[in-house]
Amino acid sequence: MTSQSKHAEMLSGAAMVIRALADEGVEYVYGYPGGAVLHIYDALFQQNKVKHVLVRHEQAATHMADAYARATGKAGVVLVTSGPGATNAVTGIATAYMDSIPMVVLTGQVMSHLIGEDAFQETDMLGISRPIVKHNMSVRRPEDIPYLIKKAFYIAQSGRPGPVVLDIPKDMTIPSNKFPYHYPDEIKLRSYQPKLKGHSGQIKKAVSALLAAKKPVLYSGGGVIMGGAAAELTELAQYLNLPVTNTLMGLGAYPGEDKQFIGMLGMHGSYEANQAMHHADLILAVGARFDDRVTNNTKKFCPDATIIHIDIDPASISKTINAHIPIVGLVQPVLEEMLATVKQKKKKLDSSALEQWWQQINDWRAVHGGRYDTTSALLKPQHVIEQVSKITKGEAFVCSDVGQHQMFAAQYYKFNKPNRWINSGGLGTMGFGLPAAMGVKLNFPQADVVCVTGEGSIQMNIQELSTCKQYGLGVKIINLNNGYLGMVKQWQDMNYESRYASSYMDSLPDFIKLAEAYGHVGIRVTKPEELQPALQRAFVELKDQLVFLDIHIDPKEHVYPMQIPGGAVNEMFLSKTERT
Amino acid sequence: MRHIISVLLENESGALARLVGLFAQRGYNIDSLTVAPTEDPTLSRLTLVTHGNDQVIEQITKQLHKLIEVVKLTDLSEAAHIERELMLVKVKAVGEQRDEVKRSADIFRGQIVDVSATTYTVQLVGTSDKLDAFIQALSGTQILEVVRSGVSGISRGEKTLAL
Repeated sequence: MTSQSKHAEMLSGAAMVIRALADEGVEYVYGYPGGAVLHIYDALFQQNKVKHVLVRHEQAATHMADAYARATGKAGVVLVTSGPGATNAVTGIATAYMDSIPMVVLTGQVMSHLIGEDAFQETDMLGISRPIVKHNMSVRRPEDIPYLIKKAFYIAQSGRPGPVVLDIPKDMTIPSNKFPYHYPDEIKLRSYQPKLKGHSGQIKKAVSALLAAKKPVLYSGGGVIMGGAAAELTELAQYLNLPVTNTLMGLGAYPGEDKQFIGMLGMHGSYEANQAMHHADLILAVGARFDDRVTNNTKKFCPDATIIHIDIDPASISKTINAHIPIVGLVQPVLEEMLATVKQKKKKLDSSALEQWWQQINDWRAVHGGRYDTTSALLKPQHVIEQVSKITKGEAFVCSDVGQHQMFAAQYYKFNKPNRWINSGGLGTMGFGLPAAMGVKLNFPQADVVCVTGEGSIQMNIQELSTCKQYGLGVKIINLNNGYLGMVKQWQDMNYESRYASSYMDSLPDFIKLAEAYGHVGIRVTKPEELQPALQRAFVELKDQLVFLDIHIDPKEHVYPMQIPGGAVNEMFLSKTERT
Repeated sequence: MRHIISVLLENESGALARLVGLFAQRGYNIDSLTVAPTEDPTLSRLTLVTHGNDQVIEQITKQLHKLIEVVKLTDLSEAAHIERELMLVKVKAVGEQRDEVKRSADIFRGQIVDVSATTYTVQLVGTSDKLDAFIQALSGTQILEVVRSGVSGISRGEKTLAL
C-alpha cells in the first residue's frame, strides 16, 4: 500500500505513528498511556513536534479532541491503550459521532497473536466502536501505518465528518522492526467519493422557490458550523432579509444579536422561531437534519411549507421530513452558488409580503421574548448567562455540559461568531463541558473559554481540574448550582407530580475547597449582588487562572419555552402556568 | 414490499459485520443474505432480501451507500432480474413415501442428491416462491431438515453491477 522509495527513511511502527501525525500537522494528541501503546509513547517522548496532553480519564481525552475539532474544523487526535483505555473512550467517540465531529482515535490492542484469546486488557474495540464511528480499521502490517493514518484523517474530515478509530496491535509498533516511511499526499478510495458541489439544476430550482416565497424561514444547523459556511449563510440571509433560526448545533452561524435572528428553534426554542417555522410557506434548511428535538410531531410539522434541504449526507434528506427540493453537497459551495444565482437574477422577494411576515414575527417576538422573573431575590440562571454574555461580549468559547444550564446558555448567550458554542447536542453527554473547555483553551490560550455546567454534570469529569493545573488551562467554570439534576427535576415536575426520584444531589462537595485543593481559585456566589464582582474577578483580575464560580441559583426554575410532546412545532409551554 | 438489494463490497475483514450491524442498529429487516467473493478477489458480491415501505428502502440504500466499504449497490427488484435460491431438504422416505417424494421432486425438477435406507435428500433450485411451494407439496411427508441458501440475483439484459 505504501509506495516504496529507495531513499525512504526507516522507521518503526511506533515512530511512524508519531511521524504521520506530525506530517498531518497535528500539534496535540490527547491521551493516556498503557501497556499496548507504550512503544508509541516512547516514540512520542523522543520527538518534540507532536505534544501529548495527559488527561486523568480517557473520556476527557476524547472530549478535548472533539472540542478542538468543533472550534477549528480539523480532526482532533486521541491516543489510548487497549481494553479499559479504549472502552473509557467510547462515550466520547459516540458524542463526536452523533454531532458529526471529525476525530481520529488511535487505540492500542494486544499483540496480533493474542487477539481472540481473552488476553490481558484485550477488548474487541472494532466491534464495540462499529455503530458509533464513521469508520474503523486495524493495522495488519506495520508498513501500512502511514497509509492508514492518512486514510483515517481523510475519512474523518471529508464528506459528513465523523470519528474514525484505528486499532493498533502492540506488535505493529515494535521499536526494532523498521520499515520505509512514506506519508501519502492524498487518498483515493473507489468506494468512498463524497459529493462536493451541489447539483446546479436543483440550486436554480431552489433559488426560484426561495424568491417566490412570502413567508420564508432560513433554518440552519451544525452543518453550517462544521462546513465553514457561516459567512455565506449570513450574506444570503442579509441580502434577502430572511428570518434566521439556528438549531442547538447551529448557534453562531448567524450573529445572535442581529435583528434578523429569531432565536433557536425546537424543544426549547424561542416562541417566535417555532411560530415562524409552523407558519412558513418556505423553509430553507441548511446543514440541519430535522431532528426529533426540532420537529416535535413530524405529522404536524410545518404544514404549508415547501422545504429546500441542503445537506452533505443524502441519508439525512427525507429521513424524517420529506424535502421538496433536495440539494446534496457541501453547504459552503452550495450557498455560494445560491448567492451568485440570486444576485445574477437581480430579483428579491416580494417586499410587501416580506414586510408583513416580519411584522408577524415581531408580534410573536413580543409574546414571550425570553422573559423570566427579574424581581426574584434568588439568582436566576438566565440572568447569570446574560451577564457572562455581556462580560465576554458574545465572543467567548462557551463549552456546555448537559441539562437546564445547557439550554439557558443556548437561549441567553448571544453567539456572534461560529464555532464558539461547543456542546453535546446529539448524544447529550454529561461530563462533556470541562474537558471540552480544556481542549479549546489549550489551542486558543488568549481567548475567553467558559464552561457552563451544573453540579451534576461537573462531577462527571471533575478529576480534570488536575489536568487543568498541569497545563495551566485558565478556563472559567460557571457552575449553575441548584442542588438538583435540574432537567430531570423539570420533567418530574411536569410529568410525575414532582416526585423527585434520585434527582436531588445530596452531599455535594464544597466546590470552593475542591477547586483550591486542585490548585485553582473558587468563588461562591449566593446572592444577585455578588454576581458582578465575582465575574469581574474571574474574567478580568484573574484572567489567566482557572476560576471555579459556584453560583447558587433558584432551584425551582424551569426552562421555557418548551414544546408540548406530540404537538406541532409551535405548541409550547411558555411558563409554569401558560401554554399556547 | 419485498426488495432484493445487490451490493458490491470491498472484500475486507469487518466489512460484512459493518453491513449486517447497520441493519440491526437501525431496525431494518434481513429476510436472507448471501455473500461470496467475485471473480475479482478484492470484491465481494452480496445479495440481501429485505422488506419495507418505499421510505424505509430508500433509507436502507442510502445508509448502505454511506458505509465506506460499499462500492456500488442496486435494488434488483426495481427492474427485470433473475433470482435463484438453492434448497436441500432431507425427508423421511420409507414405504410408499419413497415413491411419493421422488415424484414430487421430479415435478419440481429437483434432484435426489443423497439416499439412505430411510431418507432422501432433495436439492432444488428456483425462486423463493418455488421452494416454498415444494415444501407445501411435501406436506404429507415428514421433513427432517431444510437448508436454504438465501437468494442470489442478477439483472436481466445488459445491465450489470460491476466496477
